[in-house]
Amino acid sequence: MKTNPTNILLWLIVSLLGASAVGGIALHRGESINALWFITAALCIYAISYRFYAAWIAATVLSIDPSRATPAERLSNGRDYVPTHRWIVFGHHFAAIAGPGPLVGPTLAAQFGYLPGTLWILFGAVLGGCVQDMTTLFFSTRRNGKSLGQMARDELGAIGGSAALIATFLIMTILIAVLGLVVVNAMKNSPWATSTVAATIPIAMLVGLYMYKLRPGRVLEGSALGVVLLLMAVAGGGWLDGQAGLRVWFDHPGLSLAFAVIVYGFAAAILPVWLLLAPRDYLSTFVKLGTVVLLALAIVWLRPDIKMPALTQFVDGSGPIFGGKLFPFVFITIACGAISGFHALIASGTTPKLLSNERDIRMIGYGGMLMESLVAMMAMIAATVLDPGVYFAINSPAGVVGKTATEAVATISAWGFPVTVEQMNLLAQQMGEATLFARTGGAPSLAVGMASIFGSTFGQGMLAMWYHFAIMFEAIFILTTLDAGTRVGRFMLQDMLGNLWPAMGRTSWYPSVLLSSGLVVAAWGYFLYIGVIDPNGGVNILWPLFGISNQILAAIALCVATGIMVKSGKLKYAWITVLPLIWLVIITSTASWQKLASSDPRIGFIAAANSLSDKLAAGALPPDKAAVAPQLIFNQQLDAVLVLFFVVLLWLIVGDMLRVCARHLRGKPVPPLAETAYHPSELEQAWVRD
Amino acid sequence: MGARLKLIDVCQSFWQAVRQLSGDDGYERYLAHHAAAHPGTSPLSRSAWFAHRQQQKWSGVNRCC
Repeated sequence: MKTNPTNILLWLIVSLLGASAVGGIALHRGESINALWFITAALCIYAISYRFYAAWIAATVLSIDPSRATPAERLSNGRDYVPTHRWIVFGHHFAAIAGPGPLVGPTLAAQFGYLPGTLWILFGAVLGGCVQDMTTLFFSTRRNGKSLGQMARDELGAIGGSAALIATFLIMTILIAVLGLVVVNAMKNSPWATSTVAATIPIAMLVGLYMYKLRPGRVLEGSALGVVLLLMAVAGGGWLDGQAGLRVWFDHPGLSLAFAVIVYGFAAAILPVWLLLAPRDYLSTFVKLGTVVLLALAIVWLRPDIKMPALTQFVDGSGPIFGGKLFPFVFITIACGAISGFHALIASGTTPKLLSNERDIRMIGYGGMLMESLVAMMAMIAATVLDPGVYFAINSPAGVVGKTATEAVATISAWGFPVTVEQMNLLAQQMGEATLFARTGGAPSLAVGMASIFGSTFGQGMLAMWYHFAIMFEAIFILTTLDAGTRVGRFMLQDMLGNLWPAMGRTSWYPSVLLSSGLVVAAWGYFLYIGVIDPNGGVNILWPLFGISNQILAAIALCVATGIMVKSGKLKYAWITVLPLIWLVIITSTASWQKLASSDPRIGFIAAANSLSDKLAAGALPPDKAAVAPQLIFNQQLDAVLVLFFVVLLWLIVGDMLRVCARHLRGKPVPPLAETAYHPSELEQAWVRD
Repeated sequence: MGARLKLIDVCQSFWQAVRQLSGDDGYERYLAHHAAAHPGTSPLSRSAWFAHRQQQKWSGVNRCC
C-alpha cells in the first residue's frame, strides 16, 4: 500500500464524505432528503471497501498469485476456456448476475421506509455479498472452474454436494414463479403492457432468425435491429390501446395471463436456444445496461427528493405488501441487492473459465457485486421518490386495503400516507393505464418511479411512454430469467432422473426433454397459479420464500468457502466468511421459524391455513373465496413443509462444514483440498493487461 | 492532425471492446484460435459455429435473479 500524503488525504476525504452521507441518511428526520445523498454514500462506501477490504482479502486472505496460470490459460480451447480481457469478463459477469431481483427486492422493502433497506444494500453488499462472490470465484478458479455443487461435494462431502444441488433446484422453481407473478401483475387488464410484452416474443424470434440464418453470428446488427423494434413495440402498444377493437384482445385478468406465461415457459424451454432464448438475452442485456445507465444519469441530473419516511410503522410486522417484522424480513426481502446465493453459481461456472489472471478476481468478483448493489440502490431511490400514499396504493393487494378505490385510499390515508382517488386516477391516466391500484410485485411502482424520474429529466409529455418502456424493460429480462431458469431446471432434473433411468439423462432425447421440461414448468406454474388466485397478492407468500431460499444458497456458498479456508490453514482469516454466514444463518432460521410458527396468519403458513379452514368451516367466506380456499389451504401447508425443508438443508450443510473443520483442526483425516497444482503463467502480460 | 488520429484510435478501440463484449467478433476469434491450435483442419462454418456456441452457452447456469 502506497503511503504518500496525497493518497492518504484523498482517502481521508472519501471516508469523511461517506461517513457524513451515511450519517445524513440515517439521522435525517424531516420533510424530505435528496437522493444524491444515497448515491454519494454508496459510491464512497464502495470505493473504500474496494480499495481496502477487497484488496486486503485478495492479498492476505486468498493470497492471489498473478504469476499462476489460470484455467483459461492452461485449458484454453477457444470455447468455454478462453483467456479474456478483464473488462470483457466484468461485462459478461455483471450481465449474468444482474437480473430483476435487485429491482424488485428494494421496491418491496421500501414498505419499512427508506433507511433499513438502504443500510442493508450498502453494508450487506460490501461485507457479505461481495465477499461471497469473490471467494467463490477465487476457489472455483483454483479448481478449474468447478461448480458450487461439485466444490461442496469435493471439499465437504456428499451431504454438502446434494444439499447444494437440491437447494438450487428449489430456488429456481420459486424464483421463476415469483418473477412470473411480477410480470402478470404488471400486465393484468393492461392492453398496452400486455401487447408490448407479447410483441417481445416475435421480435426476439426475428432477431434469432437474423443472427442464425440471415447473417450468422452478427450479434450487434441483430441486437440493434431488435432494440429498434422493441421501442416501436412500446409506441405501438400505446396506439393499440386506443383502438377499441384491438385492445380487447390484450385485456386479460391475472389468471389467463398466468396460463399464458406457463404455456410460453414450456415453449421457450423446448424451442432451440438460437430461436428465442439467445436473441432475447442479447436484447435484454442491451436494454438493461442502457436503462441502468440512463437511470443513474437521470438521478444525478434531477437530484429528486425522497418522500418516503426513514421508517414507517410497518416495522412492527403489519406491512400491507408482505407481513413480518423489520427483523428478519428486510434482509430476506432485499435479497439479491445485498447478498445473493445465486451469484455463487455464476462465479463458479462461466466466469472462472474466462479469467486471464487471478489479479482480476477482485475487480470481477467484488466489483461486479458492488455494481449490482448500486442497481439495488437506484431501485430503492425510484421507489421512495414516489409519494408514500401512491407507493402503497400501487403495491398493496386488494385483500389488504379493500377492493374499491375509495376503500383503498381510505385505508392507506388512515395509515398516515395521504392519497386520493383523484390523484391515483390522474396518475393512471398519465401513465396510460386504467388503474394502478393493487399492482403488487414492484414492477409497476418501479415503472412509475422511473417514468417520473425520466419524465422530469427528459420531458413530461412522454410519461406513459416511459412507464411502458420501464414495464417492457423489466418484463424482457424477467422472461429471460424465466426461460434460462426453466432450461437449467430441466438439465438438473434430467441429470437426477438419469440416475434412475439412463435414457432420461440424455439431454437431447426428445421424450426426456418434453417430460422434464413439463415437470419443471408444472412445478413453478403451480406456485404462479396459487400466487395469482391468492387474494392477498401471492407476493406476500412467494417473495419471502424466494428470499429465504436465496439467502440459504448464499449460506451454502459461504460454508464451502469457510471449509476450504480452514482446511488451507487460514483459520485466523475465516471470519471474513464466517461473520456473514452467522448473520445469514440467524436471519434465515428466524424467518423460517416465524413462517412456520407465527400465530399471525399474514406471516405464519400454518396459522394462515388454520385461519382459512376455520373461516371455511364456519361458512364465513363469500362463495368466490370459498371455492379456492381448499387450494390455498393446501398451498399454505405445502409452503410450511418447503420452508422446513430449506432450513433443515441449511443446518445439514452448516453441520457438515463444522464437522469437517473440527476434524481438520484435531488432525483427523478430511477430504483433501481439491486445488489444482501451480503452473507458472506464460501469457504475454502486455496484451492481457491492456 | 495528431489529435484527430488519436480520436479515431479511441473510437476504434471502443468499437473493438463493444464487439468483443457482445460476442460480435466471436467467429473471427474462433478462426484465429482454430488456425493456431489445429492447423491443417478445416474450421466450422459461421452458422455451424454460432449454433454450437449458443447451444453451449445455454446449457449451464448463465443468468441470475
